[in-house]
This record gives sequence, structure tokens and C-alpha cells, in this order.
Amino acid sequence: MAILTSKQVTKNFGGLTAVNSFDFDVPEGSIVSLIGPNGAGKTTFFNCITGFYGFDEGQIFFNNHLLNGRSPDRVARLGITRTYQNIRLFTNMSAIENILVGMEPQLKRGWIGAIIGSKAMREEEAHAVEEANRLLRFVGLAGQGDLLAKNLPYGDQRRLEIARALAGKPSLLLLDEPTAGMNPREAVEMVKFIRNLRDELEITILLIEHNMRVAMSISERLTVIDFGSKIAEGTPEEIQRNPRVIEAYLGRGAATGLATNDSDPKGL
Amino acid sequence: MTMETETRFNWGEIVRLGLLAAVIALSLNLIGLVGTFAGRDIIGGMVSVGHVFLFGAALGCGYIAAQRFSGGGAGNTLLGGLVIGLLSSLPLVVLVLIAEPLNLRQFMPYVSPALLEMLTFGQGQALGSLILIVVASVLGLIGAGIPLLPSRVRQPLIWGLAAVFLIGLLAEVIILAWGNQGLGLAIRRFVFAARGLSILGASLVFLIVVGLSAWWNSRGEGIKARVNALPPERQRNLRWGGIGLGILLLLFLPMFLRTYLTEVIDNVGLFILMGLGLNIVVGFAGMLNLGYVAFFAIGAYTMALLTPSEYGVAGLSFWTALPFSVLAAVLMGLILVIPVLKMRGDYLAIVTLGFGEIIRILVLSDFLAPWIGGAQGILKIPNVSVAGMELVKPEHLYYVILAGCLLALFVSWRLRDARLGRQWRALREDEDVAEAMGINLVKTKLLAFAIGAAFAGMSGAIFASKLGSIFPHSFNLMVSINVLCLIIVGGIGSLPGVVVGALFLVGLPELLREFAEYRMLMYGALLIVMMVARPEGLWPSEVMKRELRAGSEEPLPAGFVVSSAER
Repeated sequence: MAILTSKQVTKNFGGLTAVNSFDFDVPEGSIVSLIGPNGAGKTTFFNCITGFYGFDEGQIFFNNHLLNGRSPDRVARLGITRTYQNIRLFTNMSAIENILVGMEPQLKRGWIGAIIGSKAMREEEAHAVEEANRLLRFVGLAGQGDLLAKNLPYGDQRRLEIARALAGKPSLLLLDEPTAGMNPREAVEMVKFIRNLRDELEITILLIEHNMRVAMSISERLTVIDFGSKIAEGTPEEIQRNPRVIEAYLGRGAATGLATNDSDPKGL
Repeated sequence: MTMETETRFNWGEIVRLGLLAAVIALSLNLIGLVGTFAGRDIIGGMVSVGHVFLFGAALGCGYIAAQRFSGGGAGNTLLGGLVIGLLSSLPLVVLVLIAEPLNLRQFMPYVSPALLEMLTFGQGQALGSLILIVVASVLGLIGAGIPLLPSRVRQPLIWGLAAVFLIGLLAEVIILAWGNQGLGLAIRRFVFAARGLSILGASLVFLIVVGLSAWWNSRGEGIKARVNALPPERQRNLRWGGIGLGILLLLFLPMFLRTYLTEVIDNVGLFILMGLGLNIVVGFAGMLNLGYVAFFAIGAYTMALLTPSEYGVAGLSFWTALPFSVLAAVLMGLILVIPVLKMRGDYLAIVTLGFGEIIRILVLSDFLAPWIGGAQGILKIPNVSVAGMELVKPEHLYYVILAGCLLALFVSWRLRDARLGRQWRALREDEDVAEAMGINLVKTKLLAFAIGAAFAGMSGAIFASKLGSIFPHSFNLMVSINVLCLIIVGGIGSLPGVVVGALFLVGLPELLREFAEYRMLMYGALLIVMMVARPEGLWPSEVMKRELRAGSEEPLPAGFVVSSAER
């Protein structure tokens, strides 16, 4: 069953159609990749799902909830959280504070309780800190909770961002280029990590990926988008053989060359 | 200029700093700062604040030079400081020589005989000029020498000098508050001269502070470590004990301070209350609000209208009207938030600026004059009264203001360490991401504005009752700017910083009559110096310290977050 369904979604920026009548399904429990050349509309589509952009036409359903017109915080509370292509942590907050902010959809106690120091509030905070520490350990950052996010190494920042997204207990996790800026060894680790996420936490993962090797190895299904429109959909094998995909990436005439050479199309 | 030329010793740079010092010293003379403050002695009959302005540039530029050329060798550095001091005195010598022949006083009113007398140390033109040159040169040399000292010597020295300066500056005020009988009088006669500290008193203060500072330097870390090693239960007791002691001290403060000083503290308190409110909006949530005075005005006018004043409509008592004043300010805060929800940074600042002006012009307008008095203001606002007793004296009102400040401090402190404070910090860092993480922006911003407005409304209400009359011109833009300045100088987002900033920017100018004329100049200069030398503020918050200590790999104090959750 599809956890996320997009029906004929269109997003225009002035005269430019960034996403064009986009139909798309994400089956529950799967890892799905959205790939496409630069400027194809992948991140715009993410922004439409998370409510950052309102879109002009179509509908997006998540677990039978219509997402149209919902603000980002309400989308997060429904169970969709995300990471960003260029890491966007709260750089001057500590690692654990970042995760605590990510936990917002779980937290209920208001500000009056905080002023009078109610027991319920203190218990909730203590529980949240405990949970945040558990998440830190889960992403391999045990003991780094008090470091400022900006002082963490790059790879750790990526993992912290994922931990922050997980803190909201999402049922759908959107990862925008989780391996951007990583060397091949780190990328392989990240692939393992993402697969682990799905298997252990049983959440559905939708990711944007530029690194073809990563996208092919991690995804159960891929959707290729170009100029805002879907041009192909299928398993990694099907996508690799699809001439329209190769054309979109390398231009007309390159199709034959790439189809036989699947060794390292990294960086395409 | 590259880093390399900065560290290498360079005579061109020395001359430039010398000329800079000369320009500063000369202009402080010509605008009258040196002359005006010549009467305020720090050490009676010897050193006045005027002298500090006169030679501060030489000292400061010498210090800067020595810091900049830290690799240049001690001999060169000291010589450089000497040259800077010498250069800084030259235009003053010229001033001394030409002032009378050219009758400069005609168009430079501050070049008075008294000033010339001060510049020449009362020794006549020739000898006096020589002394001036020598003193300036030596001070330049001393300024250059300070950074050369090892920090365990330098720090106590600077603290000692700062203490002498501050106590000398406030000598008049301290004498005013000092006991007048027996031992108190004897000590006072010993420590203070007719104006400023006595020489003995100054040496005593200097030695005590140097000693304390040196002792803290050698033992402070050990003591801190010992306190940190205590079980959390004991630590908490210690902290509460400290807070309790502080509050006890505050309760007895008016008895030491007497009426005049308590009046000053009352005014500081009203600004602390406003500062705490603006600190929530600007410091915690990162939204620049330049129209903050509007909430203060609404609090004041609501108080005036609800009590039996000239234009009063309800005839309530202060205590019944107070919640309504706060509520009115909060409502205004909520109304203001609606148009600015989508705005950030500069745009927000401009809109709030306009809002503040709208409120001021409204209360000033003829249109509303039949109800709120227009430019004539509202008179006959009744005093605060408790159990039938009217609180007229500043000593009594002090407790009302203190209660307000403590309440605001408590609320700010609790919220800062709670979920809402974290939401505000996230908002300040990255609004879009904060929203994507599930933070309701509307609610979070609304709360920041409402709580900030509530404190200002309370401050305004007390202000109206305290003065007994209010006028539109009390609510101009400068109040907003003052409050903003005091939280910046104190340290944005820092609660003790608000208190320190208010004491510094509101209390000090009230105590130093000479300031009145130069208040705005001092503000500007102080802000520039602060932003260059200590951008995190006098008493910075943990957050700002972390932010400005760029790239340091130091972890936070252990359990920074965990402990905040426990509290």
C-alpha cells in the first residue's frame, strides 16, 4: 500500500514549471529514490510534500491525509520529516539540543508548566533528554551530545541531521542527497546506515540522490524526473536500461555508451 | 592589510596610531569632555575623569600597538608606545600655545582658561607643555607595556585600576550612602577625599582588588572544581542559598541607599523590566523590535485611564488596574504580531519602528486628546497604595519594582531553559528548519511578543503611578533605542546582562550629572567600542559565548543541557 501518493502535482515559479503533473507513489516500508539532472525539480517536489511550498495543482496524500495547504509544522506532526541537501543544523546549538528540537512533534507540555515547574513538564523533558541520548547512540554519536553542531565533522553533521529528523518519530523520512560531499567509503557506510534505519525502525524512506551508484544500490524503486516531469519509473535494473533516462542525463546519442558501462557514473 | 604586516613591527603604523590618538585627544578637548569632567576627581586633587579622557587615547593606542605587534620585541614595542604618547600630546601643546594669542575661545567655547590650566598642570606654558608631553609619552609607554606582562600580573593590575576608577567615579554617591556616625565616618574620612578617593584610599582599594584578583587567579579554578565536584543536591542548595542571600540583600538595599539613590535604582528597575521583555523578543527569539516603547506607553496609558486620574474612566486602584495594563500591552503585542509573522530581520525592524511611532503619534494627536489628553498628557494619576497606605517615597516603590523585576527574571529564566526557550533558539537559528521540525511559528512568535509586551506593560503601569503624570514625549523612539542598547551592552540573551546593562546605561548617567550633555555621544562611542572589543556583551549568555567563540572545539560545560532539564 502506498504511504505517500502524489496526483498530478504542478508547481510553477512565475513562467517556469518546476514540477509538472507529477504522479508518484511511495509503497509503505520501501526505500525509493527520486533521481534526475540538476534543476529537474526534485527538491522542489520535497518542498511541496513538506508544506514549504504550496503547489498550484494536484493533490498529495499521506496515509490518507490530504497534505495540500498544510503548514510545515503540521506536516511534521503527521509523520514526515526531512534532511537538507546542504546540511541545515541549528549550528549554534548543541547536538542534543538539535535532536530535542526534532522531537517537537512528540512534546506536549506548554510554557505555563515550564514557569511553575510542573512535574509533568519535568518528566517530559527528562524523558526527552534520555530519548535524545538514545538517538545519539543510534547514529553513532554517543558522548558528543554537548558539542556544538558546527564543531562536528562533516559526516557526523549528516548523521546528526538524520537523527534530528528521526527524533520526530516519522513514518516517512525524506533524505535530500544524504551522501552529498562524501567520499566513496563514507557513502557506502551511509547506504548501510540508511538501510539499517528502514529495517530497524520500519520507516519508509524517500531520498533524492545524485550519486548513481548509491541510488542504484540502495533503492528498491526509482523514479526519474526531468524538467519537472516523470520520465521513468522502476527497479534499478529497469532504470539503468531505460534509454530515456540515459538521454536525460547525457543527451541524445550517449545512450549506447552508458548502457554497457555501469561501473562508475558517479557525479552525473 | 594582511596578517603578516600586522605582526611585523612597522613605524608607519606606529605613526598612524599616534596621529589617531592625537586626533582623539584633541577632539575630546575641543568638544568639552575633558573640561567638563575635570571637576570629577577620581583621586582627590590628582586624577580626574577629565585626565582619563585627556590621556586615555595615548594609553589605549599604545595598548593596541603593542597587541598588534606582539612579535616585534619588547624594546621596539615600548619605544613605539612612547612615540604614540608623544604624538598624541603634540596638538595639545599647539593648542596651549595658540589659544590665547589667537583668542580661540571666540569660536571654540570649550577652550577655557580652566582647560588650559589643566593641560599645563598649572605650571605655565613652557614647563606645563613639557610636563604634558612627558606624561602623555609615559602613559603611551605604559599602555604598550601592559600586553607585555604575563596574564597573571596583567589581569589583577587591570582589575585594580578598574576598581579605583569606578569607586573614584562614584565617590560622591558612595559618600552619600555612607553612614555618618562613629566608625563609618572615620573610615569615610580615611578612604575618601573631599572629591574622589584620597591617595591612601585609592592605594587601599587598588591593593585589595589586586590581591583578591591574584588570589582568585591562583585559587579560583580549584574552588570552581571543588564546587563542581559536590553532589548535585549540594550544588543546588548552594545555588539557592546564593540566590536567597542576593534577594535578602536586595530587600535591605533602600536602607543603605537613601532616597536619592533609591530613586535612581527605581528608574534602573523600570528599564530592567523593559529590558527583560525585549530580551525575550530580541535575545531569545531573535526578532528585532524597534517599537518596543509602544507597549510601555500602552501600559502607562491604560493605568492612567483606569485609575481616578484626570482622564480616568474606571477609578480602579493600582493593583486592580495593573493586570489590565499588562493585558492591554499583551493584546497590542498580539495585534502587532499578525502583520509581522512573515517578516524577518530588517523588514521586521522597520515595521516595528513604524508601530512604535504610530502609538506615539496617536497619543499625541488632537483627535484622541479629549480622552487621553494629547500633548498635555494625563495628570493626577494616584500613587500606589498598600492596605490604605500610599507608597510615595522611592524606598517604598522600590519594593513594587523589585517584585516586578524578580517575577520577570524568574519567568525569563524558566522559559529560557524550557521547551519554549529551545523553540525560540531554533527560530533564531533557522526559521524554515524550525518549522519543518514541527515548531508552530505563529504560536512561538506570538508568545515571544506577548510575554515581552507584558513586561513592558507592567513597567509602563508602574512608571505612570510613580510619576503621577504621563506625557506623550516620554514615549519616544529613544526609549526603544535605550532598551535595545542596554541589552546589547549587557549581552544579548543574557539575564544578568540586562541588569548590568541597565545599571551601566541608565544608572551611571543619572549619577554623573556631567553626562547629560554627552549622553548620546557616550552611547554611540560605547556601542562602537563594545562591538569591536567585546561583541558578546559585558555579561554574555552561554549561547552568545558559544556563537562568537568561532571554531573552537571546546565542548560545553558538562551537562549543559541535561542539567537545564533537571532544574
